[in-house]
Amino acid sequence: MQINLKDFCEAIRGHNLTPAIDMESIELEGAYVSDMLSDVMGSAKPNQAWITIMKHLNTIAVASMTGVPVIIYSSGNVPEAPVIEKALEESVCLVSSGLPTFDIAGILYKLLGL
Amino acid sequence: MAEYINLDPQYSASVESFFNSSPEAEVSLEFIIPEKDFNVAGKGSAEVKNLLKRLGIDPEILRRVAVASYEAEINVAAHSRGGKMVSDVYDELIHISFIDEGPGIKDIAQAMQPGFSTADDLVREMGFGAGLGLPNIKKNSDWMKLTSEYGQHTNLEFIIFFE
Repeated sequence: MQINLKDFCEAIRGHNLTPAIDMESIELEGAYVSDMLSDVMGSAKPNQAWITIMKHLNTIAVASMTGVPVIIYSSGNVPEAPVIEKALEESVCLVSSGLPTFDIAGILYKLLGL
Repeated sequence: MAEYINLDPQYSASVESFFNSSPEAEVSLEFIIPEKDFNVAGKGSAEVKNLLKRLGIDPEILRRVAVASYEAEINVAAHSRGGKMVSDVYDELIHISFIDEGPGIKDIAQAMQPGFSTADDLVREMGFGAGLGLPNIKKNSDWMKLTSEYGQHTNLEFIIFFE
């Protein structure tokens, strides 16, 4: 089962911080939830969203190296402009949602019919 | 001088013949990794990843190389006085080594334990310091060798085959 990022983004009332990246082109099979970067690099998979409150520049490198197509910043976290610029360079989509991590992950879980 | 080696048994003959024949690299890249600069750390891995992508290397292999080399770059930036990353690309594999300026690892066996970390507050604020760096390098490489002596420098090298 897959869910399109655009539909998922709507469901979590998210905002695409990188509108140059077409959310419709990204299909998700799940998510990885963690704020420890090495944990993400060791376990996240390329077809997963990464849900985190970490918004440091290194999150973009981690997503890019791991092949994660989208980072969802929870609890209304929004990274600074240089982070968004870097994400565009690396073709990593960034979404910010006001919902807490638990709710975002729960909504995705439901949408995926798990 | 303490040493830790991990080898995926299916590659033992290939690794041995690689070191015995000591072939010349098709492409070599060298990057300086400054101490505690987490914006520069990662540049080497990104370049290597882009190079391998242009060479048409399988995306899963690409991901393993990127993760292992990024973890190693972060380790040099986080734990040493700085160092360098040397990447040698051959027909069938990539060999990357990281040599730093010290201060070396006190206990290599302990450093290899998942969850063990000596990261300081700055490194932890960056989201690193979970104690998973070396285990991730081990997990994603086909051969790795970590050599260190406390008070001296640390040398980490690994090989990832393209097929």
